[in-house]
Amino acid sequence: MVRTPAPLRWLLRVVTIGYLFMLIAWPVSLVVRTTFEGGLANLQTALSDPEVVHALQMTGIVAGVAVVANLLFGVGISLLLVRYEFPGKRVLSTLIDVPLSVSPVVVGLALLLVYNSRDGWLGRPLDAAGLQVIFATPGMVMATVFVALPLVIREVVPVLEEVGDEQEQAARSLGANGVQTFWRVTLPSIKWAVVYGVVLSLARSLGEFGAVKIVSGNVVEKTQTTTLVVEQTYQNFEQGTAYAAAFLLAFASVLCIVIVSILRPKDPA
Amino acid sequence: MSTVVTRVPGRVARRRRSPRTGALGVTSGLGLGVAMLWFSLLVLIPLTAVVATTVGGGWDSFVAALTNEQTAAAVRLTVEQSLLVTAVNVVMGTAIAWVLVRDRFWGRAALDVVIDIPFALPTIVAGLVLLALYGPGSPLGVDVANTGSAVFLALAFVTLPFVVRTVQPVLEELEHDAEEAAASLGATGLTTFRRIILPSLAPAIAAGAALSFARGISEYGSLVLLSGNLPLKTEVASVRVLTYVENGDPAAAAAVATIMLAVAVTVIVLLDVLQRRVARRG
Amino acid sequence: MSIEVAGVSKRFGDFVALDDVSVTIPSGQLTALLGPSGGGKSTLLRIIAGLESSDTGTIHIEGTEATHLPAQKRNVGFVFQHYAAFKHMSVAKNVAFGLEIRRRPKNEVRARVDELLRLVHLQQFAHRLPAQLSGGQRQRMALARALAVEPTVLLLDEPFGALDAKVRKELRDWLRRLHDEVHVTTVFVTHDQEEALEVADEIVVINEGRIEQVGTPDQLYDEPANDFVMSFLGPVTRLDGELVRPHDLDVLDHDRVLGATPGTVTRVVRVGFEVRLAVRTAVEPDVSVVLTRAEARGLGVDVGSPVWLVPTRGATTVPVMPRATAG
Repeated sequence: MVRTPAPLRWLLRVVTIGYLFMLIAWPVSLVVRTTFEGGLANLQTALSDPEVVHALQMTGIVAGVAVVANLLFGVGISLLLVRYEFPGKRVLSTLIDVPLSVSPVVVGLALLLVYNSRDGWLGRPLDAAGLQVIFATPGMVMATVFVALPLVIREVVPVLEEVGDEQEQAARSLGANGVQTFWRVTLPSIKWAVVYGVVLSLARSLGEFGAVKIVSGNVVEKTQTTTLVVEQTYQNFEQGTAYAAAFLLAFASVLCIVIVSILRPKDPA
Repeated sequence: MSTVVTRVPGRVARRRRSPRTGALGVTSGLGLGVAMLWFSLLVLIPLTAVVATTVGGGWDSFVAALTNEQTAAAVRLTVEQSLLVTAVNVVMGTAIAWVLVRDRFWGRAALDVVIDIPFALPTIVAGLVLLALYGPGSPLGVDVANTGSAVFLALAFVTLPFVVRTVQPVLEELEHDAEEAAASLGATGLTTFRRIILPSLAPAIAAGAALSFARGISEYGSLVLLSGNLPLKTEVASVRVLTYVENGDPAAAAAVATIMLAVAVTVIVLLDVLQRRVARRG
Repeated sequence: MSIEVAGVSKRFGDFVALDDVSVTIPSGQLTALLGPSGGGKSTLLRIIAGLESSDTGTIHIEGTEATHLPAQKRNVGFVFQHYAAFKHMSVAKNVAFGLEIRRRPKNEVRARVDELLRLVHLQQFAHRLPAQLSGGQRQRMALARALAVEPTVLLLDEPFGALDAKVRKELRDWLRRLHDEVHVTTVFVTHDQEEALEVADEIVVINEGRIEQVGTPDQLYDEPANDFVMSFLGPVTRLDGELVRPHDLDVLDHDRVLGATPGTVTRVVRVGFEVRLAVRTAVEPDVSVVLTRAEARGLGVDVGSPVWLVPTRGATTVPVMPRATAG
């Protein structure tokens, strides 16, 4: 292996650590410090504000439903992509990744165009049937599902490919039907990948902002999520509340990531 | 020790395909049908609607929307800052990956966690976080809020992990014997890095750069609080889309969104090609 | 009458894996499907197991029409080359899997698992995970797992292919002994002719999707149906347009035997007790002959010696078909 000369090694260390410190570590620690400047006062103010409480509930509901939807869809589509052959498979597997790089704002606009109840292709008939999508919970869930869509799939597909299908064939030759094979053999072998996918989806769903902002209409105590409350309170100069709400979000998301890094075995068998 | 939690998109190190795949049966066929219906309702039809709205508005209004002074400035700023940030990421991201993989010092594991923070943090919180150090009331006395530098700063923050996390696994798996062979043939450290290591890392760096650029183009949340969204000055493309939506001009919003969508799809296709090339190289 | 394969064909895209194959595999015996890689033998085994479907033809297992039965209803035991161990289950759980699927009572399952683990000498490893076993142990576990459900037939796909030479040989003997104890109709796929000759009661030679010959090891060795079978089962050389085994050639230092072919020794290599000669004749440039060291010394052959070659009495010879001359 190439030996980095000592001065260069030190230079690289100082530059990278300095960069990460200035860009990430210091600013993040400042937010934590500001949040707890007056002890727990900021958090207490925030948690006694009905707008904040409602928004936290809203975030919980939307993120919860979105994660379940992405779990079911993600595991199903991963199995189809890895274990079956069908026309258009390559295109589908590429399209699945598109939500990762599409702007949340474009996601919001796209859903708005199709599902608005005034002239949306699908929004009008749905509205006539009594289901309001845009400016309501269904739209917010859809936006959140959209942005987090590939996360479970990206974790599960490589593991499914790596595990191969011999264990499944063995289970079938031993008399297990499809459902038994899935629960007893397939799922246990992709268990950790599914857990990581879910946790990453949860972190992403909790933090979604742009797409939800467009489709929710941002109505206080109705369709406002926590991220939207952070924006609103900050702009209304309620900085304490903004920092507290931001801290709660950041804490939950970072906790997700830390849990994953602790859970993830060095070499997932 | 290394907590590579955030798998970066663009599976550079994707595995070979499993040897046997079956034809669809009744259950799996039905499953595919349901999955495709859901995927269409959620992703394909809405994204098509964006393009359709743009096309429906006609070429002239498309051009008009994009040549609007404010929009053109926003698109230019977005592209400029994304390119700049991507260039910084290529250098810094590779350097960080190098330090994480090849250097050993106390606290290195903590760096690994710090790198995941931008992925984990909600974007609106990211904006708030940067304001704390670089906004009004900065302990450093640096206030970039509502300036062009704020856009750069926000993008640098949210795109930081991409190059690091694509390069890191490749660097970890790099065989040392090629480097040793080069050294035994008389190559200096720099030559070995340039001729042996860098070419192996190039696809990963390219993938990370593409992702970082795409993210830069699409970023919204972290900029809202930080950049002030000043027209002609700090307004980016995504903010422009939102303004058009709020002003009830979906056709113009769709025009800008179509450009952004094109960038996103191009990047995904590019990554697919890169990944296949890496897979072929084995 | 145990497994009847009739008119089975299978294509993968342009590649013909099996071309109208019909064969009957006898009950209670240990049968080998032998042939080169890519010849279709694994595909045939997988079609019998129901893990692959044939394009045409029928499969009967013990008189039951099984062509369209899914794998889980065929009651076959299948052992995979790479073990296909359930990695998240202990050895005992792996073996119990088929019984639990069949909802057998708990105490019955436990007793049967104990019995099988004893049979494969893994009783002390019951609570280990497959990852903690060696390759040979894993394969024995896989075998116990397949036997646990009392399959009508036991199918093994290159069962020892992933093991190193020594373990391979041990397991091979052990499989033979196990079969003599259990007597379940067993079919195993191999590309190793020594393995087939040593273990099997009956051998089916498959090449390029077709069956070349079916018979006992002795029949195959002594009366090969064609030059492919002859050359696949052991070393061969050509003398006067016929295939013959190098150790079935007599080397003479005189021309007094009628029909002996004259030639000149071009190379002498000694390997232990064996001496290998290369002989140039008028027709073939490179006939190989294997002698014992004593024979070679008695003849006093060396490079350049004139010799006469003739097949030993009772030697198996097969005329070279046009097909084989290309290879």
